[in-house]
Amino acid sequence: MIPSRFDYVAPSTLDDAVTLLREHGGDAKVLSGGQSLIPMLKLRLATPTVLVDINRIPGLDYVEERDGALHIGALAREAELERSAVVRARYPLLYDTASVIADPIVRNSATICGNVAHGDPGNDHPATMIALDASFLIRGASGTRTVAARDFFVGLFTTVLEPDEIVTEIVIPAPPPHSGGAYVKLERKVGDFATAAVAAQVTLGANGKCQRAGIGLTNVGPTPIRAVAAEEFLIDKPLDAGTIAQAASMAAAVAEPVADRRGSEDYKRDLVRVLATRALQKAARRARGETSTAEG
Amino acid sequence: MSTHNITVTVNGQTHTAEVESRLLLVHLIRDTLRLTGTHIGCDTTHCGACTVLVDDRPVKSCTVFAVQADGHAIRTVEGLEQGGTLHPVQAGFKEEHGLQCGYCTPGMMMTAAALLEHNTNPTEAEIRQAISGNLCRCTGYVNIVKAIQHAAGAIRAANAATPAHGVAAVGEPATTA
Repeated sequence: MIPSRFDYVAPSTLDDAVTLLREHGGDAKVLSGGQSLIPMLKLRLATPTVLVDINRIPGLDYVEERDGALHIGALAREAELERSAVVRARYPLLYDTASVIADPIVRNSATICGNVAHGDPGNDHPATMIALDASFLIRGASGTRTVAARDFFVGLFTTVLEPDEIVTEIVIPAPPPHSGGAYVKLERKVGDFATAAVAAQVTLGANGKCQRAGIGLTNVGPTPIRAVAAEEFLIDKPLDAGTIAQAASMAAAVAEPVADRRGSEDYKRDLVRVLATRALQKAARRARGETSTAEG
Repeated sequence: MSTHNITVTVNGQTHTAEVESRLLLVHLIRDTLRLTGTHIGCDTTHCGACTVLVDDRPVKSCTVFAVQADGHAIRTVEGLEQGGTLHPVQAGFKEEHGLQCGYCTPGMMMTAAALLEHNTNPTEAEIRQAISGNLCRCTGYVNIVKAIQHAAGAIRAANAATPAHGVAAVGEPATTA
């Protein structure tokens, strides 16, 4: 399959990139990992007249913890998250998520920032970024702004990004001690989008009760969904089986699945309940230090 | 619409070409450079038949534009054999009958070669994980895994026999990603 014709430019600075995006308005698209965009170009679901390739801009491929947060640059690849010792040890939810995106070859090219900027509700990082209370640094022709992941996703393939804006960095607050997270996804086969998936992140207090909870749902609505009521329900409660079961039901209640080849609406809603139960259980085990990321 | 003059190194040989922006890397390799060992399978980023190494990392060459490869080093299945000697991965596929129809084989072998360049003793689980983006529709995975294990053993044996040359003994680049 051959994409429509387009012009290709590969600027060497972010300033040049956003200037090009402003010049071309909605006719231009940013090319980073390309693992979503290029298939869409080939299927002609997208027909931009200009591609602005940011891969030649140096210094954007970092994944590093500093100043109390994990910083992920625009050109960091999914494979970097799998390789990163700090991600594996301290951000198990993020590690889980990266390791079930597409397949290992795609993850060599695909970027984390692209995964969120694309605005596809089937993508896995959006729910995770909501659960982790991440924020996105956005560079546009008129300046820089920061948007919380929870405010970023507007609708199907729609985010708050303006045509001349680029997500340049994801910032994830470092989890306090006694935190844990997990991403649990059901996919029909390697590389498929989730039938449903749940991201959960919890922090326990000294009394063992839940101090903070973040829950995000993947591919059961036009955007990733934050299960706010379930999060609030968990606060000041022990993460025992009964509490988790009730929170998981509350998470399922806010899912907005539609029937497709992956399953019926009822099936997917109940799947969210099951996956939320498993994700919260695993997050709680990790928060208590009962299990490492590697052993799941 | 724009065309670009690019320079790529393919299997150690430098090529220059004038390419249209929308030309996919796999078409540069197959149609322009006439290296038809790299296959096009699904053309939708799923099957991995078109896998090549760009700067030593496996990528699906149907999902990268040729212009993006400008200045980069590419290896294809034609680059595995060196001086008439099969790469250990090729020898492994031969010895363990790691192919049936052969369509997935070039991509499968490139992924395997990349895996073994940074892990000469992978577990079966690590092998299966590494090739999970390469689909074999003959479902010949059991022998493919055996073939990669065979290659890993051969590489370890060769490295042990020539310690002075370290891990660069067989079919490996001077540096790895």
